[in-house]
Amino acid sequence: MKPLVLTLRQRPDQRLDLSPLVPSLLAGKTAAQIERIALQTTRCRVEVADIFRLTMGASEHVRIEGACDRLDHIGQGMSGGEIVVDGDVGIQAGRLMTAGRLTLRGDAGPWLASGMRGGTIELAGTAGDYLGGPLAGEMAGMRGGVVVVRGRAGERAGDRLRRGTIIIEGETGAYAGSRMIAGTLIVGGKGGPLPGYLMKRGTIVLGGGCSAMSPTFVDCGRHELLAMRLWAGLIQPYSKRAGSLLRRPLRRFAGDMAVLGKGEIFTGN
Amino acid sequence: MRTLTVKGVRIDDTFAEAFGMRATALLITADTPRWARQAARTMTGFATSVIGCGCEAGVDYELSAKRTPDGRPGVRVLLFAVSTSELQKQLQARVAQCVLTSPGSACFAAIEGEEALRLGNALRYFGDGWQISKRFNERHFWRIPVMDGEFVCEATTGLTKKAVGGGNLLIVGRSTETTRAAAEAAVAAIAKIPDVIMPFPGGIVRSGSKVGSKYKGVPASTNDAFCPTLRGAVNTALDADSASVLEIVIDGLTSEAVAAAMRAGIGAVVELGPKRGATRITAGNYGGKLGPHHYHLRDLVP
Repeated sequence: MKPLVLTLRQRPDQRLDLSPLVPSLLAGKTAAQIERIALQTTRCRVEVADIFRLTMGASEHVRIEGACDRLDHIGQGMSGGEIVVDGDVGIQAGRLMTAGRLTLRGDAGPWLASGMRGGTIELAGTAGDYLGGPLAGEMAGMRGGVVVVRGRAGERAGDRLRRGTIIIEGETGAYAGSRMIAGTLIVGGKGGPLPGYLMKRGTIVLGGGCSAMSPTFVDCGRHELLAMRLWAGLIQPYSKRAGSLLRRPLRRFAGDMAVLGKGEIFTGN
Repeated sequence: MRTLTVKGVRIDDTFAEAFGMRATALLITADTPRWARQAARTMTGFATSVIGCGCEAGVDYELSAKRTPDGRPGVRVLLFAVSTSELQKQLQARVAQCVLTSPGSACFAAIEGEEALRLGNALRYFGDGWQISKRFNERHFWRIPVMDGEFVCEATTGLTKKAVGGGNLLIVGRSTETTRAAAEAAVAAIAKIPDVIMPFPGGIVRSGSKVGSKYKGVPASTNDAFCPTLRGAVNTALDADSASVLEIVIDGLTSEAVAAAMRAGIGAVVELGPKRGATRITAGNYGGKLGPHHYHLRDLVP
């Protein structure tokens, strides 16, 4: 099936809100209707036709070419279909997504997959801070689905994660999995200081360990757990690196004992 | 009664009468095939008949490490009961007492059914607050800390209402040895058919029953028509040269699976022949009025 292609003409003068350009909202619209969709975030009106060259195709496969970091909210609230983005994206890509697949071939800004409920996001480059995290005032962050980041992630990746799986093949910044409620965060590389800060439940795996472990995590010894082996099989199709990490013996730390203490951090080193 | 003779084995023109049941399937894995088998065998012990055991259960087949979710050797177990609530009760009790307790075991759903039965969702309380729930996409598991590590258990398993219980073959021979040889051959052939179990000891039952009894409160009693020692005393179904009768009872997840199993069993008995094996194959029924599933032997002759 031929995808619907949006090619960026030039870098926009203002940040744009691309949340209307998801398959469910594009379905049934003609080229002329799509070209008139407003994307501005300032008082200066900007329509799709001003910014993108549109090539019509099946609305369940959207392709955005030549994207840049001023394109925000890509795939927000997506409920099916597929969006493929060539280039970088701005903030909150895939926020509140419930189903479908979002493929980002560049870097992403903060709050990628924020509050996501289902579906799959794959990011080839680097993710900004608060990967999967909630916006100010929200009780929980990501609560379903799978996010795979091939590069590194910023600070507080998986903040207030409630359910779902985040795989980061590279390193993470400080406070990975902070305030986690549950869910799974797997980091292939090294974590920054204080991973799992105030986490209640959930699982963090740090393949390369971390620069400073909080004293409120207690060592439970090195184990080869069946659950990790099972998980390795489940995530293998998403990330071979994470799959092989989980097959190694891992040291288990329980915490954060400053709060509920039912969470766990596994380190590979 | 009209009969058919294949390779010297008489096959009666009758049918096996079977009933609809509720069933579920589990996959039990362990570090070695021996311990997967051990957990499965323990869990399916004392599960020969719903009359006295609450459920009928048995091993369906073994799986190599490559074909299980956790990459360890596994055994698929089937459980049959007459109601959803009884099946749930039996499943829970048996997994808790026999699989959870078995060294290195794990337990997974092995059937997609129209309804779900609680598996890990019921056993998690053993974790006393230390149990961990893990989800990945649609799959949900419980990790329960135990003394050799963790017991990993899928949250639920499926339930099918299309299951059939009570498919059967009655194998008649001239001596106990040859009849047993024929029954063993049939069991070996049926064991290769997926989605069926033979719940009785080694797949064979020697005490086939009829409904009712002369005694009050006894629901089933010996099938006197097939007892060789009563041949002269009762309205017997046996010939003058019949010395032994063994029955194979088959429960299947589908009616097709039961038919395939009976076909395989008849084939194996016929193949062994009347000299080394059985002289006659027949089947048990209640006149066709009780069970909705009828398996006519003449349709199942290979």
